[in-house]
Amino acid sequence: MPRYIALKDPHRESRIYSARTVTAILIMLALLGVILGRYYGLQITDYETYRTQSESNRVKLQPLPPKRGLIYDRNGVLLADNRPSFTLSVIKERVPDLEATLAELRQLVPVSDSEVAKFRERLQRRRPYEPVPLHFRLNGDERARLAVNRYRLPGVVVEAQLLRHYPHGALFSHALGYVGRINEREAFELDETDYRGTFHVGKVGVEKFYEDVLHGDVGYQNVETNAHGRVLRVLERHAPKPGADLTLHLDINIQRAAYEALGDRRGAVVAIDPVSGGVLALVSTPGFDTNLFVNGISSRNYSALRDSPDVPLFNRAIQGQYPPGSTIKPLMGMAGLESGLVTPETTVPDPGYYRLPGDSHRYRDWILRIRGTGHAPEVDLNMAIAESCDTYFYDLGRRLTIDRMHDYLAPFGLGSRTGVDTTNERRGVLPSTQWKRDALNQVWYPGETISASIGQGYMLTTPLQLAVATSVMASKGRRHVPRLLQALDGEPVAAPELAPIETAPEHWDAVYRGMLDVVHGERGTAKALAKGIRYQMAGKTGTAQVIGIAQNAVYKEDEVEERHRHHGLFIAFAPADAPTIAVAIIVENGGGSSAASPIARHVIDTWLFGRSEFEDPA
Amino acid sequence: MGDYVRQMPHQSSADLARRPSAAARLHVDVPLLLLLLALTAFGLVVLYSASGQSMAAVVRQGRYFAVAYVIMFLGAQLSLQRYTRWAPWLYLVGVATLLGVMFFGVGAKGAQRWLEIGGFRFQPSEIMKLVVPMAVAWYLSDRILPPRFKHVVVGLALVSIPAALILQQPDLGTSLLIAASGLFVLFMAGIGWRYIFGAALLAVASAWPAWMFVLQDYQKQRILTMLNPESDKLGAGWNIIQSKTAIGSGGWEGKGWLSGTQSQLDFLPESHTDFIIAVLAEEFGLRGVLFLMTLYTLILLRGFWIGVQAQTSFGRMMAGSLTLTFFVYIFVNMGMVAGLLPVVGVPLPLVSAGGTSVVTLMAGFGILMAVSTEKRMVAH
Repeated sequence: MPRYIALKDPHRESRIYSARTVTAILIMLALLGVILGRYYGLQITDYETYRTQSESNRVKLQPLPPKRGLIYDRNGVLLADNRPSFTLSVIKERVPDLEATLAELRQLVPVSDSEVAKFRERLQRRRPYEPVPLHFRLNGDERARLAVNRYRLPGVVVEAQLLRHYPHGALFSHALGYVGRINEREAFELDETDYRGTFHVGKVGVEKFYEDVLHGDVGYQNVETNAHGRVLRVLERHAPKPGADLTLHLDINIQRAAYEALGDRRGAVVAIDPVSGGVLALVSTPGFDTNLFVNGISSRNYSALRDSPDVPLFNRAIQGQYPPGSTIKPLMGMAGLESGLVTPETTVPDPGYYRLPGDSHRYRDWILRIRGTGHAPEVDLNMAIAESCDTYFYDLGRRLTIDRMHDYLAPFGLGSRTGVDTTNERRGVLPSTQWKRDALNQVWYPGETISASIGQGYMLTTPLQLAVATSVMASKGRRHVPRLLQALDGEPVAAPELAPIETAPEHWDAVYRGMLDVVHGERGTAKALAKGIRYQMAGKTGTAQVIGIAQNAVYKEDEVEERHRHHGLFIAFAPADAPTIAVAIIVENGGGSSAASPIARHVIDTWLFGRSEFEDPA
Repeated sequence: MGDYVRQMPHQSSADLARRPSAAARLHVDVPLLLLLLALTAFGLVVLYSASGQSMAAVVRQGRYFAVAYVIMFLGAQLSLQRYTRWAPWLYLVGVATLLGVMFFGVGAKGAQRWLEIGGFRFQPSEIMKLVVPMAVAWYLSDRILPPRFKHVVVGLALVSIPAALILQQPDLGTSLLIAASGLFVLFMAGIGWRYIFGAALLAVASAWPAWMFVLQDYQKQRILTMLNPESDKLGAGWNIIQSKTAIGSGGWEGKGWLSGTQSQLDFLPESHTDFIIAVLAEEFGLRGVLFLMTLYTLILLRGFWIGVQAQTSFGRMMAGSLTLTFFVYIFVNMGMVAGLLPVVGVPLPLVSAGGTSVVTLMAGFGILMAVSTEKRMVAH
């Protein structure tokens, strides 16, 4: 039986090998075909998709926030500007370990716990890849330290941005308002496109009222960035349109005169140019440093402001509602003359009190407590204004009735918002039977007309309303919507004018005479102001009994005494022959009008002569 | 039969009579050398762009190439007999060093792949890419081919021991490459199709248990990422999204050398190493990809041709295996960068920056040249 010995057969092996090689080449070519097909698919079929993706990778649209408009006073003094400020921000998406990075940053820069807490809040509502600010106003040293350590801190950026700055701090706090960081609610309400790259918005005051024009229009640029988000070059740029610069009617000199004259007392001063309707001064004390609010006020600073018994955040000039007291009397005089119920010659007997017919209740004149009798046996309009005779106006008020009183006083701007170009204005109260029914659902009692006719009772006015009414007096019936804005980017903006009060000129003159005698008359209630005066000032004093202090305020037992003193009020305009300024002043718990009237001298002197040498005899 | 004339296949007596050329005496396969020179030159051009226009990177890579060409040349001088004789010993030393890595190795990124001797670090798994096919080829070269079952089993054992050792380092990519290089020897030796189909079936069947028990989390993650890169845009998916974007945005013409925005602006990770094909595709377009693939295909075909022409079964099997392994590099790298395959650490051969793979690959081509010039030496 033959034995088969297996031998290597080179030919067969070579043939097998060749066959395998062919197989291998076929498989190889097939797989290379798959690869090639894939690259063909990516590079030819889906070319457009990936081309676009690569462009959007590379090119980023960056918003260019517009520069916020500046605010000047009428003399060109800068009241609000923008200053470069360096902000330490973090792009969360680029940070490998947020906690470690924060810890590291706190080694380099003093970042407080509350800043970290605020940062975490902001982190919750950011857009992807948006730098979230952690710490503001880096100084040079801190920036240098961060620059040196930048390579260790991916995702940490130092951004330069323009921050609102108020060079005069508290002086204009209530006149201008302030900007602050956009909060969640505002972010929802503001136009998203317009506010790309903008982090601040006017929160209150002029800054808020003129937000639209101050903001400007956002621009953008296409920039080429690398994978780390660093901008390499700008491809295309559409410059933002900066916000308009505002020139206000405000005059820093009289603003300061009023602010300094008020001193540390609580009060408000509003001055209006009767010719233009421009607001020359708008002061409410105490003020506060608005710069604190620009980048988010610390909670400690904020609670100090919020909890202060002086309520510095409260804008007394437009939000404070006070009984106007006797400052209403010139208007009442106009109402009497207009209605024909009195003439300048009409007299009223003044025993020092007034009694409603058929009623035993005595409505006292303030003089009764001092002299034990009235101003004079018979009091005419001139004396009634100059000496602030209550009895005269009690009688006039009764005869006028509350509803006609309302109708005559309303055109002076009482009881409704003046429409001034700032925020949070209050309307005050000009009572009428209708008002009482609507507001309190009660009928009007005749006795209430008596107190209303000397500006007490339900009647409430804001210092701005009083200033507007005084301005209407000064311009003999011309009425404006008061305006802070004088010019927009240098273009004058006129205050809207309302239908004037048409009346006989001698009516104005009659009331003027009384108001002039307030200051210049021998027995004028503000005759102290006449000392050294070089012009004719028409004025009217007022004292308001305190029912409570301003709205939102908290009563504190140990302060009740001081806080129960009367508010001192004063209105004035000058020069009397061609008035260029009308002023209303209130000093809370000032005790009486003598607390307020000297301020008018300071303000008007400064307005007319640039300075005031008046010294308060008190 | 009377006289048995031993005849060398594919060799006429005229060939034997001709005086060997200078190239043959230097053991250099000229077409292969020219193709490799073209490839490495092109590689340096791409690398200059991919490294962020760093001449230093190009010079460093050029130095690696110089060393690698010298090693290739030296490797080509050794006779195949010598390779055959050394194969088992190299294999034993190789396995021993792999065991050494297991116990004394140093690692990076959680994997223990390096052995440090006297301050000099090397990666034994890299050498095994040549040694494993050599060992299998040595074992089979004396057997009758196609190999019988028991020879197949021994061959598989020779493959799986180092592959398993490398797998546990863990280094799945290299382990698979080494296993493949050994299995290619078996394939080229002509093992029955029933083995091949059986293995394929087994591979499919074991996919689930492998997923459950063998694959590490990071490996599973890579596979998941490949299937859906969008799931983790900024993490693991980033590389694939960016490389696909780079490739796709190149189009047919490409954005131009040094003008690839993806590559030059750092969007593309690992742009000068494993993902360099994306730079090439972005800057040179599909044209560039086709050019590269043509070069590769010519090299591969030359490799197969050398195998077919080889005189001994050892030479044949080595040539086949080395060529196919080279192809696997190309396929895996180009596939993974284009998002067809999971990301494993396989460089684009002779283009990606790096010294180790270049030296190994060129040493392989040295062996290939030794095979190609072997036949002429027999004549003398």
